[in-house]
Amino acid sequence: MAKLPVFAKVIVGTQPEYLHPDYRSSVKRAPTRPLILLPHAFSERTGPVFGRDCVSATDRDLTAQHAGAPLGERIAVSGRVLDEGSRPVRGALVEAWQANAAGRYMHKMDQHNAPLDPNFSGCGRTLTDTDGRYQFLSIKPGAYPWGNHANAWRPAHIHFSIFGDGLLSRLVTQMYFPGDPLLALDPIYNSISSEKDKQRLISSFDLGTTTPDFALGYRFDIVLRGRDATPMEK
Amino acid sequence: MSYVPTPSQTVGPFFSIGLSALYREKIECEPGEGKCVLIRGRVFDGDGQPVPDAVLEIWQACETAGGDCDQEPARREKIPLGFGRIATNERGEFQFNTVRPAPRRDEDGLLHAPHLVVVVLMRGLLRHLLTRIYFAGETANREDAVLNLVPPERQQTLLAEPTNERASELSWDIHLQGELETVFFEA
Repeated sequence: MAKLPVFAKVIVGTQPEYLHPDYRSSVKRAPTRPLILLPHAFSERTGPVFGRDCVSATDRDLTAQHAGAPLGERIAVSGRVLDEGSRPVRGALVEAWQANAAGRYMHKMDQHNAPLDPNFSGCGRTLTDTDGRYQFLSIKPGAYPWGNHANAWRPAHIHFSIFGDGLLSRLVTQMYFPGDPLLALDPIYNSISSEKDKQRLISSFDLGTTTPDFALGYRFDIVLRGRDATPMEK
Repeated sequence: MSYVPTPSQTVGPFFSIGLSALYREKIECEPGEGKCVLIRGRVFDGDGQPVPDAVLEIWQACETAGGDCDQEPARREKIPLGFGRIATNERGEFQFNTVRPAPRRDEDGLLHAPHLVVVVLMRGLLRHLLTRIYFAGETANREDAVLNLVPPERQQTLLAEPTNERASELSWDIHLQGELETVFFEA
């Protein structure tokens, strides 16, 4: 059997705390008792392995899932999924979802008074390649209001869900866009105490992956917990 | 070289857009491994209100289901063995079918009673929660390396209790807060 990945402890301050009262929904949902330290056993060091059958080639193109093209600024979002040892995570399942260009989700519970786009569902899925690379083609999501506090607006973001090697590598996060003035006001983004670490959630504009006359490129690299226990040969 | 893992953010209320394609309410295991069980429960918040927008991911580490990191993606199984993903309904309820796992002794000699790992995601959780489901009445529970780290008075929050005579249906709730607060793990 192959060696299982090894996981270091989470460094305090690099991840949000469960209770962050500025984010109102955390108050009644964050655990109140101390978490119990779990030894990393077989159950945590293994995890589900998703195959190519779980994604189709078109799943990573969010602009081509309907009869017409969605409205909005076309973007190519790409990056690498790496482990803590800076090695690529291969075959990682990356799921993504987002609002449309007007800031409205294709979801029955989203009551924001902004138009739905019949050509945009906002759902993407892909597997990383042998270099840990992924790419989505989409449109830039709009900001939208929410009920957290008076005149609260979420900065534009794309939700990401990633499965690496081993359950402890599981990550669900959000990618933001550079220069967004709403970031400074957003309690979800600001739930991470370390300035340097929260900025890692902001993608960077990248002329290199910008396609002339077609789409703006944004780069978003992701680091998962865990370290490959079988280093590649030099 | 060492990198710090990317920070987590909440899954938010609209996760079904991105996650529903891989909802799995029946966990696939190797055939003939054990008894089929149905586990049902509800998720409650700190006010005792049901949580209608949670999603649970179940991981059951069958020997063959994980760890084989060398395998090329193309050869991997269509539905990952041992994996479940279930959203709660408007009443905060969830249910899934699986095969009751066997006890396992790790390489380090520690005994693990039959259990499932549960990842809990929802709006309001900036990081997912991690917990385990054990089976009430299982004799191996007494020796389990993880259950024994839990104060005795809180162990019952991890136990799925049978709701029929054959113990083919079990009940296990999640309480995010309060007197019955479920034991969550830091890993």
